[in-house]
Amino acid sequence: MTSQLDEGLVRSLTPSVLGVLVRRGADFAAAEDAVQDALVEAVRVWPADPPRDPKGWLVTVAWRRFLDATRADAARRQREDVVDEEPAPASGTSVDDTLQLYFLCAHPSLTPSSAVALTLRAVGGLTTRQIARAYLVPEATMAQRISRAKRTVSGVRFDQPGDVATVLRVLYLVFNEGYSGDVDLAAEAIRLTRQLAAAIDHPEVAGLLALMLLHSARRDARTAPDGSLVPLAEQDRGRWDVGAITQGVRILQAALARDELGEFQAQAAIAALHADAPTAEETDWVQIVEWYDELARLTDSPVVRLNRAVAVGEADGPRAGLAALAKVDDTVPRHAAVAAYLHERDGDLATAARLYAEAARQAPDLAERDHLTRQAARLNTRRGRPRTA
Amino acid sequence: MAKYLLLKHYQGAPAAVNDVPMEQWTPDEISAHVQYMNDFAARLERTGEFVDGQALAPDGMWVRYDGEGRPPVTDGPFAETKDLIAGWMVIDVDSRERAVELAGELSAAPGAGGKPIHEWLEVRPFLTEPTTITE
Repeated sequence: MTSQLDEGLVRSLTPSVLGVLVRRGADFAAAEDAVQDALVEAVRVWPADPPRDPKGWLVTVAWRRFLDATRADAARRQREDVVDEEPAPASGTSVDDTLQLYFLCAHPSLTPSSAVALTLRAVGGLTTRQIARAYLVPEATMAQRISRAKRTVSGVRFDQPGDVATVLRVLYLVFNEGYSGDVDLAAEAIRLTRQLAAAIDHPEVAGLLALMLLHSARRDARTAPDGSLVPLAEQDRGRWDVGAITQGVRILQAALARDELGEFQAQAAIAALHADAPTAEETDWVQIVEWYDELARLTDSPVVRLNRAVAVGEADGPRAGLAALAKVDDTVPRHAAVAAYLHERDGDLATAARLYAEAARQAPDLAERDHLTRQAARLNTRRGRPRTA
Repeated sequence: MAKYLLLKHYQGAPAAVNDVPMEQWTPDEISAHVQYMNDFAARLERTGEFVDGQALAPDGMWVRYDGEGRPPVTDGPFAETKDLIAGWMVIDVDSRERAVELAGELSAAPGAGGKPIHEWLEVRPFLTEPTTITE
């Protein structure tokens, strides 16, 4: 290791170090605090004095911190029977430890925001401050959220098998609702999903990893220099990350070959078809509609049916798209935006402009609102600007 | 230093001078407006006067307590509301004059035809903590 600390390496060791402490008998909340302390210490010490065995170093320091904290605690409560200084013999592997930690941090007793925070901290090794900045809340609020989450799962036995689906939902949230701050949450979600895929052989884990890679590949092309959104059809495909696409497609193909389809594999398949088209015009919309049909069977989600209507509009023309849209509940988010797009394709610019303006009022974020307002403006300008008083 | 809240209204403020709905602007005029707002916030961050800024969706509701053991009553979406907040910016500045100056600049954001909107912004001083020296 050079004088520059490899923060990625440090953080990749977090779950297995935490796993060792818990296996030695530390309770989860205290172990997690101790590992955080050890990480902070590593950041301070390693650049000048890199350890030969980083994981061993972290385990030693974290365990010492845990003992110190427990002793202080025990002294305060006038009890002496709390801790056995000799570590219990280790059993199981670090892969198992990592996996159990994912399950624990995504435990169904946690709310989604708590599970996200705990996963980023205990599995991802991020500091509370980094997580707070990323989600735009005060650090004290995030600290409370994490400590409540730790209390909630502290009674959960560490050796119970968990449900992979709950873990995937948490990782999907981290990827999809990563806001800002100095941590790239989308990249962090990919790292954590990759680590999970190494710990468990499951086609939906692979499917989610592929989905993340394929969407992440388009990320730079999604935003213009002025910060405005660039829709898929108008993106400069030369700016897509070919390496990420290749990797995503390869992971997806291996997963699909196992013939256990799930919603993340189906979503990734749609993303792969977009990634595969050299130009927007060459997109295989017929196959995309088929994948949306699969996805609708798997999830029965109105959002899927809404996106399917867009695909039908491209595959079979705007009238067919509008017919598909007519069967979708119009309270589904982005319904007006899809309707506007299909009406524009159908040549009804007045209706399209009105619907784009309505969609802008319902938009969930500023970039999308500005984009939809621009769409309305583009059509209104073309139709001759009506001047209001 | 004193904190001020700059409030932008969807409705309820007196009419702006250049009062054209945004979807009637040209796409370039919208881009220029967004750029102006971003630049404004970035400039206040550099001068150390920016605290917070958020935009609000136009829809929402009224909610009130309806008694023990009953779910809260909701009303909306804002059927009878005359006043609708679109967003806010909190600034921390040296004087009331500076707050007014900055609100004036924000109100000069370009709109239809590339001309300033001259929109009315509400400027509200924060009630502060008691000072340490009281006499």
